Amino acid sequence: MTNVVNLTEPVGADAFDVEAVRRDFPALSLEVNGKPLVFLDSAASAQKPRAVIDAMTRAYESQYANVHRGTYHLSQVATENYEIARAKVARFMNAESPDEIVFTHSATASINLVAHSFGSMLEAGDEIIVSVMEHHANIVPWQLLRDRMGIEIKVAPVDDAGNFLIGEFEKLLGPRTKLVAVTHVSNVLGTVTPVKEVVRLAHDNGTPVLFDGAQGIVHEGVDVQDLDCDFYVWTGHKLYGPTGIGVLWGKPEWLEKMPPFEGGGDMISLVTFEKTTYREPPARFEAGTPPIVEAVGLGAAIDYVTAVGLDNISAHEKELLDYAMLRLADTEGLRIIGRAQQKAGIVSFEFGDVHAHDVATIIDSAGVAVRAGHHCAQPLMERFGVTSTSRASFGMYTTRAEVDALAEALEKVREIFG
Amino acid sequence: MIDDDLRDLYQEVILDHGKNPRNFRHPADASHEALGNNPLCGDRLTVYLRLDEDRNIRDAAFEGKGCAISIASASMMTDMVKGRPLAEAQALFERFHRMCTEDDDGGIADGFEDELEKLKVMSGVRQFPMRVKCATLAWHTMNAAAEGEDAATTE
Repeated sequence: MTNVVNLTEPVGADAFDVEAVRRDFPALSLEVNGKPLVFLDSAASAQKPRAVIDAMTRAYESQYANVHRGTYHLSQVATENYEIARAKVARFMNAESPDEIVFTHSATASINLVAHSFGSMLEAGDEIIVSVMEHHANIVPWQLLRDRMGIEIKVAPVDDAGNFLIGEFEKLLGPRTKLVAVTHVSNVLGTVTPVKEVVRLAHDNGTPVLFDGAQGIVHEGVDVQDLDCDFYVWTGHKLYGPTGIGVLWGKPEWLEKMPPFEGGGDMISLVTFEKTTYREPPARFEAGTPPIVEAVGLGAAIDYVTAVGLDNISAHEKELLDYAMLRLADTEGLRIIGRAQQKAGIVSFEFGDVHAHDVATIIDSAGVAVRAGHHCAQPLMERFGVTSTSRASFGMYTTRAEVDALAEALEKVREIFG
Repeated sequence: MIDDDLRDLYQEVILDHGKNPRNFRHPADASHEALGNNPLCGDRLTVYLRLDEDRNIRDAAFEGKGCAISIASASMMTDMVKGRPLAEAQALFERFHRMCTEDDDGGIADGFEDELEKLKVMSGVRQFPMRVKCATLAWHTMNAAAEGEDAATTE
């Protein structure tokens, strides 16, 4: 089997050294249940490199004050750092300007912002298209909007391998389609949506497109100018940054039209009890004290990812995925759910008739951490006729030895359940 | 090699009940039922009870999907509460819950010694805090069914 997976050397393999990367992540030297931690749950949340932890400590220790308020030195430093982080995010996504970047608390918060603000411009009978692969974060905000506004939600299907069916998607587009909101990469199947095709077809129909990039930006990266979508949302903690910070990128022509979502300080230009005027984006959408240090941490994560090289990371994960698909396919009784042609480093599986929770508990005793459950994607679970799966997901620091450790730990499950 | 905590959790009795659950059916004459939902993992169990006018449990059964622990627990529970006054079954749940969460070996003399001895096989969840909800889902759902609530959740 190894002869097959050795065929493809990762791009930039000379520069990429997974062991060197691992040394930058303190958590990866932990032991769990007396065994070295085998962390295969990066799709839920990634571990953090020292550079992120240090940047946040520094920000708290010597650069901390509230932003956009004080005229004193520390507040200026904090404000500058916060805005530098915004510029880093803009560059990382190849946005035209940092003004297109709205900081939120999470990808979920970013979608809720669009659902409220953009959503308030819709009318009863208007339609939104999502896909069956969506995370609950890209389903429930639209259902709440449906309940408020009487819009309709249409669902684009996938085939049995998990491939996004672009032809079926096209059929759903119509005169009342006001937004397409689909995931870039499925957090369960690993399927990479043909995003360019989606944008082309939607735009031909005059419909803007939002991508949930929570997984996509990590595994594939994004160039929003090249992709030409209208909104792209993601979260810091899956990109090796801190929790509590999310990103909404929006085309300026949309952000300028959209009314505020949350009201409060920082988003206003003038407040009287009779009338309040709002600031321009992105400030309009950042009410209250923002996640200042989290933004700094995210900036540090972007620096780190950029230094390692997103191409290197992507190639490394693809190589691991190829290896894992072969290695796990070799494991008797294991059924992989999601075999799309375009697939990122996420492998969901069933193991015989053993429930995913039992699998996860047993392999945890060997130090192997996988996610078990419905992965916040219950409609997708239903589509594939399962209530839960185990999911191994890879990051820049995952090794082949860890895939082997997973396969070996599964033998333990077999030993117990027979 | 399997460590002791795991062996405690997945004892033969549990594996047997998990694979061949007792009372896995939908009785047509059930008087009470509720859906138990563990939102964490999406597991769902429906517990059916037939209560007589004196609130005795004449029949107890369940259907659903779940892990070995939650299915085994539902299987053992339905076996155990059948034929008992509801109040007694609920008191037993209180003791069982303590057994799953605290260091209670069931030694308190309150008339449930035999039952707790049998249920002891579930107490392995103590070493796995995330799995306590699996062991107690069926019992919570039995309570919900008896109280006339449509649904129970482990949250």
